[in-house]
Amino acid sequence: MTDKELLVKKIENGTVIDHISAGRGLKVVQIAGLGSENKETIILLINVSSKKLGKKDIVKIENRELTREEIDKISLITPDATINVVRNGEVVEKKVLEIPDTIEKILRCPNSNCITNENEPVKTKFEIQKEPLKLKCCYCERNFDIEEFKI
Amino acid sequence: MFEGRDIISIRDLSKRDIDAILEKSEEMNELLVRGKVLETMKGKIMSTLFFEPSTRTRLSFSSAMQRLGGTVIDLGELKASSLAKGENLADTIKMAEKYSDVIVIRHPKEGSARFSAEISEKPVINGGDGANQHPTQTLIDLFSIKKFKEKIEGLNVALLGDLKHARVIKSLAYGLGLFKVNLTLISPVGLEFEKEIIDELEEKFGIEITQTNDIYAGIKNADVLYASRIQKERFADPYEAEKMQNAYKITLDILEQGKENLIVMHALPRVDEIDYEVDKTKFAKYFEEAGFGVPVRMAIISLVVG
Repeated sequence: MTDKELLVKKIENGTVIDHISAGRGLKVVQIAGLGSENKETIILLINVSSKKLGKKDIVKIENRELTREEIDKISLITPDATINVVRNGEVVEKKVLEIPDTIEKILRCPNSNCITNENEPVKTKFEIQKEPLKLKCCYCERNFDIEEFKI
Repeated sequence: MFEGRDIISIRDLSKRDIDAILEKSEEMNELLVRGKVLETMKGKIMSTLFFEPSTRTRLSFSSAMQRLGGTVIDLGELKASSLAKGENLADTIKMAEKYSDVIVIRHPKEGSARFSAEISEKPVINGGDGANQHPTQTLIDLFSIKKFKEKIEGLNVALLGDLKHARVIKSLAYGLGLFKVNLTLISPVGLEFEKEIIDELEEKFGIEITQTNDIYAGIKNADVLYASRIQKERFADPYEAEKMQNAYKITLDILEQGKENLIVMHALPRVDEIDYEVDKTKFAKYFEEAGFGVPVRMAIISLVVG
């Protein structure tokens, strides 16, 4: 196997996240794989030439399809990405990302004085304003930029 | 319209809701002035869960419930309660919900009142959650402005002091926005109102907002001057805070530069942001404003308990 083949290696089953804004690929890997129980092979391509974007990142995950929560999170950090579901070497589904109106449970409120950061049975909830992208905590009522979150 | 409802944030209330609360407050105020004894809350119990110090809010809520013929239970000394043993807020609320018909909470964590309301089937009233909201104080402020000026719409209102940290100011600015006032924000450099809230007010209500660091320029056209404390505990250097406070202290000299019928309001406690010589003048309305805490809270309790 040559280096070139490795670079473009197709996956038989799993997910290809394409058109990721250059530099955000590692974040996508963090959302979709690292730190979890997953044992799948993950391929990360950084700064791939792209006609549309100039440069882009690509993430390929073998043998796993993303959950709704993971897709919502990815939409917040790279809204122009596309998600291709691959089965038996064929792309069977293409998903265009859409930023949700609200996002629950999966993000931690950056305000350390928010009740959701206490030892209480409470799940986080943010209302999302799309242009410009702002997330408002439904509990402490503060607005945040996406960069303020530890994703 | 209100029975069973929680009062958590001024953002949850419409102009119509606020008008209804102010109308009910006026009714309660008249009954109090006439010395009428009420028993509408007889047999009802209010829990006051204050996890932070409070004088006016706690006392006026208790007074309000008792004026309505109801009774009040509270946490007592925090050190003696099960919170000292590490009980969480959720469990405390579940207990208070069983013991009472309405819960008033003040808590240092932002969002604590909203969270409590989700847990409790009984109405929850926010008595202040961290630096976030203090909706009943805003209702008192709006009621006071209406009493003193006979209207709220179209007035020129100046908010003065530490606009960055005061929760009272955040709630009030939103409430005033609903009434389309012209807002002037006067603060020392570095203690300005959060830009996002200004954007929100301009976008939502289309009101005119002027910002200045000059107290004289700020009060020039004001009908109402609402003062807040410089929060010294937030400064690394207490001397700096003191210097700033002195530069923004409201004195008779300053007030006499303003409009003839200018009034000064303040949620209290006042430390040294208003000169004592102002207290006895026509400008000073802050003690009367504090007095309105009882009828307004009587109205709120009556409406949510039903």
